[in-house]
Amino acid sequence: MAGVHVYDRFLRQDKLPHIWCSGCGNGIVTNALIRAIEKTGIDQNQIVVVAGVGCSSRANGYLDFCGLHTNHGRPLAYATGVKMANPKLHVIVVTGDGDSASIGGNHFIHACRRNLDITTVIYNNDNYGMTGGQYSPTTPTGAKSKTTVYGNIDTPFDLCKLASAAGATFVARSTVYHVTQLAELIAKGIEHKGFSVIEAMSCCPTLYGRLNKLGDGPAMLQRFKDQAIPVQKARQLSEEELQDKIVTGVFTDRKDRPEYSDQYQHVIARAEGRE
Amino acid sequence: MAGTYEIMTGNEACTRAAIAAGMRFFAGYPITPATEIAEMASELLPKAGGTYMQMEDELASIAAVIGASAAGVKAMTATSGPGVSLMQENLGYAIMAEIPLVLVDCMRQGPCQGVATVPAQGDIMQARWGTNGDHPIIAIAPASVGELYEETIRAFNLAETYRNPVYILSDAMLAHMSERVRIPDPDEYDVVSRKRPTCPPSEFQAYADDGTGIPPMASFGDGYRWFVTGMVHDDTGFPVTNNADRVSYLVKRLHAKIEHNRADIEKYEEYKTDDADILIVSMGVVARSAKAAIDDIRKEGVKAGLFRPITVWPFPESRLETLCRGVKEIVTCEMNEGQLYHMVREVSGNTPVRMINQNNGVILSADTILAGLREGK
Repeated sequence: MAGVHVYDRFLRQDKLPHIWCSGCGNGIVTNALIRAIEKTGIDQNQIVVVAGVGCSSRANGYLDFCGLHTNHGRPLAYATGVKMANPKLHVIVVTGDGDSASIGGNHFIHACRRNLDITTVIYNNDNYGMTGGQYSPTTPTGAKSKTTVYGNIDTPFDLCKLASAAGATFVARSTVYHVTQLAELIAKGIEHKGFSVIEAMSCCPTLYGRLNKLGDGPAMLQRFKDQAIPVQKARQLSEEELQDKIVTGVFTDRKDRPEYSDQYQHVIARAEGRE
Repeated sequence: MAGTYEIMTGNEACTRAAIAAGMRFFAGYPITPATEIAEMASELLPKAGGTYMQMEDELASIAAVIGASAAGVKAMTATSGPGVSLMQENLGYAIMAEIPLVLVDCMRQGPCQGVATVPAQGDIMQARWGTNGDHPIIAIAPASVGELYEETIRAFNLAETYRNPVYILSDAMLAHMSERVRIPDPDEYDVVSRKRPTCPPSEFQAYADDGTGIPPMASFGDGYRWFVTGMVHDDTGFPVTNNADRVSYLVKRLHAKIEHNRADIEKYEEYKTDDADILIVSMGVVARSAKAAIDDIRKEGVKAGLFRPITVWPFPESRLETLCRGVKEIVTCEMNEGQLYHMVREVSGNTPVRMINQNNGVILSADTILAGLREGK
């Protein structure tokens, strides 16, 4: 099998086939991630993929890099230690909406604030898929889930706004329909010097889609196509007009904030009296 | 003896010894009475080319420590009982994934926030059983600032040797009191680093037993593309499910790392046990009160002696069991509701055991122990 496809070298063939359901968007996100890594040309041995727990985090096991499959919600905290211990490593975090924004929410905003050079790809499928379809911090208001059978009364996070406000210096969003754009955005995130967040809207036809009568995988992809609106266009629309839209593109791309591990070199220099 | 002598607090001794042992990464979160370790690490580590991180909470602190250790850097965190409670989740990860680290617990009065500024010995069982599932652990309880220095170095060496987290159970008193400490010369002590793989990366199996029970450990970025998980895993490090034999094998191997090496890990002190009729079992700074009480009661003709576990986990039960057979009574002296008492009763046989305890944040004094010993006569 190995060598059949140009991307095969990034996959652990013996761990395939993957466990994701048919129609799940997570394979497409992982595909985009591999394309992005391939594009950057980074040495395979210098990449560490850090994951939490959930459907998203299963991606880690299929990827042939160093892998750190951590506890639920904690990948960014683990990744912080990896990167600070060896800043030469390229650290990529694969996480989900529940992993990053609920149980790991505090780690998420502080990682954004520090601006350490870590690339975070959030597989946002709008629910907890691994545990059977409970609502997450990104489940839309009114939506059904296994724990909002009468409709969700919570207000979801806009993870990109949250990341930008907390200080992340590269923030972007795309969907699993827009796989080329998604790969490009992830590549930009990896090449960006600082903390980058790429929110990948993924689909869960088995749970979220079924419970909300959104159809099968292809139907959910079609929905992403219909919902997506580039950020430049979205800026001309009202909040009301943006209801049910998914704004895609780059929201934040700042070069004005220093990267954290670089800053720490100054701490060392000051401690040694060199600065 | 060579070395130099200095007066310093327990927290300073712990920090400086950690750096002497090779610590180059510290992540923590402020908490009384451990904060000075973080403060000192933030000052001293950059000078040693190391990294200090103040994280957003204790969960993140130990998580960052695990990440740093997996990247090949010796790492430590320091906290107190409430922080240890928050760290339990990721401590379990370090045990399961066999990532070396040192966790300093400056014990304070509990439960919960308790009293932040006063000592206690209430975390003995938290250190043993805090994280979920059956798991091995090493915990060291020094009784003086000098011993804290030496044992911090040993804690790193044990963590590296056995690829298991090692606790240092300090307390609010030991953390903050100043004593004369002998700083050994570097050639006086060993600095042990984890065993590294030597095979070609294509042959590397990150969790395959090499016959010692302790697999060699790669570092991220060194060419071995290994995978680390907190789930039950196979020799390659990848999760396995529905495989009872593998679950059983892995859990047993993890325990065996410690159980089969008790002779190397266990450490205890005996004081006047040769002719003792009463055996006091006490640890940490309280054991110093116990020693003074032993000297006093011996003047009254009562032959008392002390057994002080320095490694509380693994509990040095074999030697203690032997000592228990030769005495008329065993008395535990501790600052909790009987966490040592519980352990001692497991090995005391038919010898009666009682407890002199004080659980109010005030050091259990020699006078109180002496009075307790007299009462029991």
